[in-house]
Amino acid sequence: MSKKILELQNVSKIYGSLKALADINLSVNAGDWLSIMGPSGSGKTTMINIIGCMDTPSVGNVILDGVDISKENAASLTRIRRDKIGLIFQQFHLISYLTAVENVMVAQYYHSMPDEEEAMEALAKVGLKDRARHLPAQLSGGEQQRVCIARALINSPQILLGDEPTGNLDEENEGIVVDIFRRLHDEGVTIIIVTHDPEVGDVAQRKIILEHGKVVDDIDQSATFGESLKLRSQERN
Amino acid sequence: MESEELGVRSEELKTSSRHGSRKAFYVKMVSGSLIRRASRLIIAVLAIAIGATILSGLVTIYYDIPEQLGREFRSYGANLIVLPRGEAKITRETLSKLENLIGSAKIVGMAPYRYQTVKINEQPYIIAGTDLVQAEKNSPFWYIEGEWGNAQEPDSVMIGHEIAATLNLKLGDSFTVQGVKYGEQAQASGQNLSAIENQQRDLAQQNFHKNLKVRGIVSTGGAEEGFIFADIDMLDEVIGDTFRADVIECSVIADAKELAAISSQIEQNISELQPRAVRRLTQSQDIVLGKLQALVLLVTVVVLIITMISVYTTMMAMVAERRREIALKKALGAENKLVMSELLGEGVLLGFIGGALGVFLGFEFAQRVSLNVFGRAINFQWALIPLTIAVFIIITVAASIIPVRKVMDIHPAIVLKGE
Repeated sequence: MSKKILELQNVSKIYGSLKALADINLSVNAGDWLSIMGPSGSGKTTMINIIGCMDTPSVGNVILDGVDISKENAASLTRIRRDKIGLIFQQFHLISYLTAVENVMVAQYYHSMPDEEEAMEALAKVGLKDRARHLPAQLSGGEQQRVCIARALINSPQILLGDEPTGNLDEENEGIVVDIFRRLHDEGVTIIIVTHDPEVGDVAQRKIILEHGKVVDDIDQSATFGESLKLRSQERN
Repeated sequence: MESEELGVRSEELKTSSRHGSRKAFYVKMVSGSLIRRASRLIIAVLAIAIGATILSGLVTIYYDIPEQLGREFRSYGANLIVLPRGEAKITRETLSKLENLIGSAKIVGMAPYRYQTVKINEQPYIIAGTDLVQAEKNSPFWYIEGEWGNAQEPDSVMIGHEIAATLNLKLGDSFTVQGVKYGEQAQASGQNLSAIENQQRDLAQQNFHKNLKVRGIVSTGGAEEGFIFADIDMLDEVIGDTFRADVIECSVIADAKELAAISSQIEQNISELQPRAVRRLTQSQDIVLGKLQALVLLVTVVVLIITMISVYTTMMAMVAERRREIALKKALGAENKLVMSELLGEGVLLGFIGGALGVFLGFEFAQRVSLNVFGRAINFQWALIPLTIAVFIIITVAASIIPVRKVMDIHPAIVLKGE
């Protein structure tokens, strides 16, 4: 039985009269690959912000690695985010004046200490060792997203959190990124991805469908999990 | 025990290496941001450099004005008159003492004067024996028709415009001065003597007579126009005496305060002399100087404020422009103070570059001002380099504090939201 890494207990997020999230209950085991899907305004981003310690719920508890983070202050959430969460963004958000390897080292710098050797290894993992000295402007969108993944992984987070990680990528690069997620999943990394793309949502082990701030479906895709990945891989080849 | 110590030592080394590595990465981020975003920061560096240029230029001028203006005021004549105390006259030894005490660096001119009554065509006039070279330095404002006299041609003298008019003397004309030698008694002309006998008596041992030539005619609009100016050594020889001055006129580079200090030193160290500062000149100099310095100070303060506003707006724009980057850093786990320290580090570097540029441009600016206004070059003040850089680092950091504090208002979840 895998360890429970994340648990949302009756979580709601309320902005005035608007309930962005309404009484969400969700638990994620260590090593799970979860996709969160839903139309615009369904509360996906709010949910990922709360899981990623960038926001707090109005009501309910968020238990991350056994600790309730729902009442923590901003400084404490920053520390937890630094130690336990790896973030991947739709728009990559690389620092324009730092090279690929330096962008990875930034995450190390804020976490503990920068180590170029480790950063190079992380880039090698996403197939970008030879592009390490390039500035973001010299990299393609897919390469930038791979740098973003390497940066998210560098501090060995407990959860890899992606907000539309393939949203700005073409099909080929989307495939590369999904392959990286598969490898990371095989290594035991917990992955939570918010996506609009059904193909990306389908390759996850489990799919959560949100609508109007509520979980309307929680689909276990374990049975088709390996198959869909294989199919995607074949399609690409 | 030994292995424990080694372990502790190794941990210490690791920690120190970690700090080194963090510091190195901090420097890399701060410098990388400035170097790789240079085109965006040129305006900020220029604003600081222009401010630093004006500041260092004005500070150079501010400290140079007293000397420059002092020199200008020296062209209005002597500002220190030194008289003998009591009945005694001033000897050459005392003159040397005075010169040493004031210091040659501060002396523009130091002219001893000996006044001697002479007769020209049986009319009394005063001949002022002086060091003509020094007198010229003291009184550059005198208008001389012809040339200044000198010690090489002592018989060619300068006469006041009033004397020239009275005696109808022109340049190159000769005239004879007569008088009683130093220490001798004058004899009244005997009415019962013939003209030849009177002439013989005038040529007698107790009297002198000397033929002089007009080399220059002095116009000042003042009392000088009623004097004959000749070389003091020639006068001493003619009257048969050694150097004995009635007064010394000094033109000294000093403001009223310094002049008072010099006067006090003279009184303490050379008891036979009595110094008198020419207040009219020193006070005017101080008033003009004070006003000029106040003006320079005011402009400097205004420039500093404008630079601060410029840096403030630039940093505001920079923080706004880099909201995503700041939000990302915070999303990656950077605390507010860490992100703020990076931005302030950039401010320090901007201040350093702008300040360093400004020091040298400022000197060039001050040099041009000095050459155009005072007609003299100024010396580079090396102390201005660290001073200007430090001031502009402080200004940049101070002007950056409010913009940099905006970092605290940036929420990663809002700024980094996907589209």
